[in-house]
Amino acid sequence: MDGHDVVSWRRRTHGIDALDSLQPSSDSGEAHVLAVDDSLVDRKVIERLLRISSFRVTTVESGSRALQFLGLDEDKSSGHFDGLNLKVDLIITDYCMPGMTGYDLLKRVKESSALREIPVVIMSSEKVLARIDRCLEEGAEEFIMKPVKLSDVKRLKVYMRRDSGERNESEAENRVNVNPKRKLREEEEDDDNNYDDSDLSASSPSPPTCSVSSSPPSASSSCLSSPSMAAAAAATAAAAAASASTADKRWLRMNGGD
Amino acid sequence: MLGWGVDFLRAEMNRLLALLFHQGVLDEQFLQLQQLQDESSPNFVSEVITIYFSESEKLLRNLRMLLMDRELSDYKKMEIHLNQMMGSSSSIGAKRVRNVCVAFRAASEQSNHAGCLRALELLEHEYCYLKNKLHELFQIEQQRALASGVRYPAQHD
Repeated sequence: MDGHDVVSWRRRTHGIDALDSLQPSSDSGEAHVLAVDDSLVDRKVIERLLRISSFRVTTVESGSRALQFLGLDEDKSSGHFDGLNLKVDLIITDYCMPGMTGYDLLKRVKESSALREIPVVIMSSEKVLARIDRCLEEGAEEFIMKPVKLSDVKRLKVYMRRDSGERNESEAENRVNVNPKRKLREEEEDDDNNYDDSDLSASSPSPPTCSVSSSPPSASSSCLSSPSMAAAAAATAAAAAASASTADKRWLRMNGGD
Repeated sequence: MLGWGVDFLRAEMNRLLALLFHQGVLDEQFLQLQQLQDESSPNFVSEVITIYFSESEKLLRNLRMLLMDRELSDYKKMEIHLNQMMGSSSSIGAKRVRNVCVAFRAASEQSNHAGCLRALELLEHEYCYLKNKLHELFQIEQQRALASGVRYPAQHD
């Protein structure tokens, strides 16, 4: 599988084993993560978790600081860059923060043409389905349950943006993508080795692996914007949105939920 | 003789840790913190815990103040503080403290002043216990580090 496809980081279930064989994110030095959390304790912990996993880390205490760091003025909605713009390969943010929540930050990032391709991961100590759903809808890669562990952080490598050299290509592909969540649901429908969706028991097995075998076909298909694909995706999304989605259940399981 | 000291201290530390786990005072997140400590960050755990103590004490003071006025207790603000304390407690593996925060928050959501007061007292109690035990742990760890240092002087034997 081509490691630099933007869709590879759009997909939210990655078999870690398969992707280990791909090029690591640090082609030109370590990947740079921006961690946002209003808790000093949590900032210290996440910083250490990230450093130990060979990421470069910048921590900030609020969404507005994060936007400043990303070069996006809080008041303007355009992606106008001014001031600080150190390349960020991933944003990991707490959900519950005073002022701008992690969700608000996610929205601002995804609305910005300059920043929208940066993968965003949300952390929360509370398992609220509506919250998880909302974040995934808005384009978050993953919703991690706190307390964050080393294994969670190691998994982040999978979402890393590629080098800026490939960024232009990624941006072009981005505009063509349908809403990744819809796309994901559609792909789920087709997966042979999906989870048993009715299983929400505490004893369910842990890490997701079903996507590994299906990644090649979905990677190629999701680059396209063929009408039938989009229509099917939309239909699926409508149906999926109506009920407590399989994605939600899967997310809970992935993140240690019962 | 010094070797005996190091082993003894390590055993003491493990015994204390096991007790705290057994009591549900700490959970596996504390072990995760310990795993993050190494030569490049040799005081990581105590640094994080120190921040935790200072933040928690601030939060506890704020909670106490918010509960002082029975008529005008700002439950929303209490919940904000509680969420913060819950979050940081869970991040360091302070399970019992976190659980009391959850109960406290439930009382606050019901604007139950008496319930909140009871919960605050319990919270202060659990927090004190945790703090004392962690201090004990750090003392043993310090002694062990000292003992290890003396045990292996360079070149001599």
